[in-house]
Amino acid sequence: MTAAFPAAAYPLPAALAPAAGGATHVELFGGAQDCAAPALALALANERAAAGDERPWLWVQDRAALRLTGRPYRPGLPRALRHRLIHVAVTTPEDALFALEEGLRCRDLAFVVGEIAGNPLALSLTAQRRLSLAAEKHGVPLWLVRVGAERDLSSARQRWALRPAPSHPPRWNPQAPGTAAWHAELFRARNHPPGEWILRDDGDSLTAAQPHQSPYHVDLAGTAGDRPLAAG
Amino acid sequence: MSIWLARLAIDRWRRAEGLRAGEGADAAPHALISETAHGPRITATNAAAQQAGVQPGTMLADARALCPALVVALADPAGDRAALEALALWAQRWGPWSALDLPDGLVIDVTGVAHLFGGEAGLIADAAESLARRGFAARLAIAPTAGAAWALSHYGPEGAILHPGDSLDELPAAALRLDPATVLVLRRLGLKRIGDLSGVARDALARRFRNHKAPAANPLVRLDQLLGLVPEPLLPVLPVDVPLVQRRLMEPIRHRSLLDQVLADLCADLVRVLEGRALGARRLELALWKVDGEVLQRRLELAAASRDPAHIAALFGRKLDDLDAGFGIELARLRAPWTEPLPLSQRDFEAAAETHGTSLAACIDRLVIRLGPDAVRRPVPRASHVPERAQRWAPPLESASASQGDLPFHARPLKLLDRAEPIAVLYASPDGLPRRFRWRGQVHEIARAEGPERIAPEWWRERSTVRLRDYYRIEDGEGRRYWIYRAGLPDDGRGGIPEWFLQGLCA
Repeated sequence: MTAAFPAAAYPLPAALAPAAGGATHVELFGGAQDCAAPALALALANERAAAGDERPWLWVQDRAALRLTGRPYRPGLPRALRHRLIHVAVTTPEDALFALEEGLRCRDLAFVVGEIAGNPLALSLTAQRRLSLAAEKHGVPLWLVRVGAERDLSSARQRWALRPAPSHPPRWNPQAPGTAAWHAELFRARNHPPGEWILRDDGDSLTAAQPHQSPYHVDLAGTAGDRPLAAG
Repeated sequence: MSIWLARLAIDRWRRAEGLRAGEGADAAPHALISETAHGPRITATNAAAQQAGVQPGTMLADARALCPALVVALADPAGDRAALEALALWAQRWGPWSALDLPDGLVIDVTGVAHLFGGEAGLIADAAESLARRGFAARLAIAPTAGAAWALSHYGPEGAILHPGDSLDELPAAALRLDPATVLVLRRLGLKRIGDLSGVARDALARRFRNHKAPAANPLVRLDQLLGLVPEPLLPVLPVDVPLVQRRLMEPIRHRSLLDQVLADLCADLVRVLEGRALGARRLELALWKVDGEVLQRRLELAAASRDPAHIAALFGRKLDDLDAGFGIELARLRAPWTEPLPLSQRDFEAAAETHGTSLAACIDRLVIRLGPDAVRRPVPRASHVPERAQRWAPPLESASASQGDLPFHARPLKLLDRAEPIAVLYASPDGLPRRFRWRGQVHEIARAEGPERIAPEWWRERSTVRLRDYYRIEDGEGRRYWIYRAGLPDDGRGGIPEWFLQGLCA
């Protein structure tokens, strides 16, 4: 049986490479019934982290986001990140913005993840600019996850729209869900043309694929393997 | 050395009244009472009342029948306790440390001290004279163990000193510091003196008192403590000096800007005090006295010991927003009741916070002050296999306790809903897994699934009717990955048809 994976993975888009300053304000739009956006944020943060970085990181959630998509679950977090999480549960988006800014101004944090549901008034362009400037001034990356939100005005350096994508079937149990895969659309970025990718987290690194060469065809051919098709 | 202040309450009353023994009001029968559920009860009496036959412990009405001239006052047990604590500190003039022996005694360690007072007899004479000068009736004794000293001070001769080879066999059994019920049991067994206990086989006594674990209820433990065969830890009294600074203001202040200045000055003063002792504050209390007689209190706790005046002042500033100064504030006081050692460190030479950001402890402090201590927490693993119980939320800077590593083949979701949400199964396949379900008004088609992973309820924590769970990791037609479970089996006898729940969202 051959591997179910496509032979040559598409190279990661340049937009996913760490910025020159190391700190960026990235906005990820995700659905209210999945957690593709925070998962990709953690995967990217994990990949960018320097080896041996033991600084804690902050995850700020407002109440609506917490109710919609739940609380972080330590046994399910990436292994390198789970013991360093500091979780902040706030009630209003205003408090969430305060907590995010405090986190960005703290030199002892590796990165900050914010999760805000909907399009609250408090999250205006001014508030977004404050966050961008704080992130760039103090060198702390910010991953701002928007749960079930419209694409409003923002000063984020990169803006992604994310939804889950069907995963590769695992090699030994094709009936089971595989490792995470996301359909990522970069619709606005400072220094990168927009584009669409299928991103996969195959355990220790991220791989990218073009969405139009659907993984399904490759997978079907792969699962047939070197058996005769008539053998079932 | 054991000191028994036999009449502590009466002596304190007499000192408060400014009387000497046996004169003025003390010449007449007098008693201290406390209110109980059954009416006033006498807790202490003076000599004249005792001669009239009034015993402590009787009801006031009964005592009045015996002695109609009895005068009463309210007892003050809290004041007695405070006076005893002050005396314990004062008694450290005779030894390096002292402990309370509630309700009315002190124990002082005088090991290697007696020669300073000209021998043990001189030490006892000095202590007796000092206590008599302060107006306390005291009985003192010196012995090698605290238990023996207690026995001699309560039941031995005046000023007794126990030398090696002396015997305590003649003292009554109550001298073993037993509670009255145990003394009664011993008396019914015919064991009235300490010496009688050694006449009985130890096995028999051990069997008789095998269910009595408290030392005060078990004469064998007390006997061993008296003889020094088992150690008896005592809790010494230590003076604690709380760092405190205050500012008296010439003019009452009514405006916030002036108060901020005063607060900054107070913080700077306190930090200087703390620096001198190499301490950092964990808890701070600010009290503001208003001209009209009210006191405003604000308290604050820090995530890590800190000695940064600007940081402390900023944290208090948030708490002063709702302050009502009224006619003005005339006295401000800042104290740090909880401190931790914090060594001196070199000051940051650069303009720290503006360019390099704040430290983690300062960041957490600010978050906690605005959002509350329950908002900022850290997940730590807990020994449980029920998913929602496998993590616990701890304060953010608490060091993690050691725990068993989790098993890598258990795939767990990235996020867990606070409460598992029921899902409506629209079409179930024969093997029990739903093919299609509805969650939050949206229909999901299950494309692939892995499971079940059966997790049994924890019978040592939960009731017997809790059902087991079969967990499935699923992926729906659009690629969304969830963690769902079925609560119970159809024929487990713990309820009706099993229900399905969605508990987690996978990456």
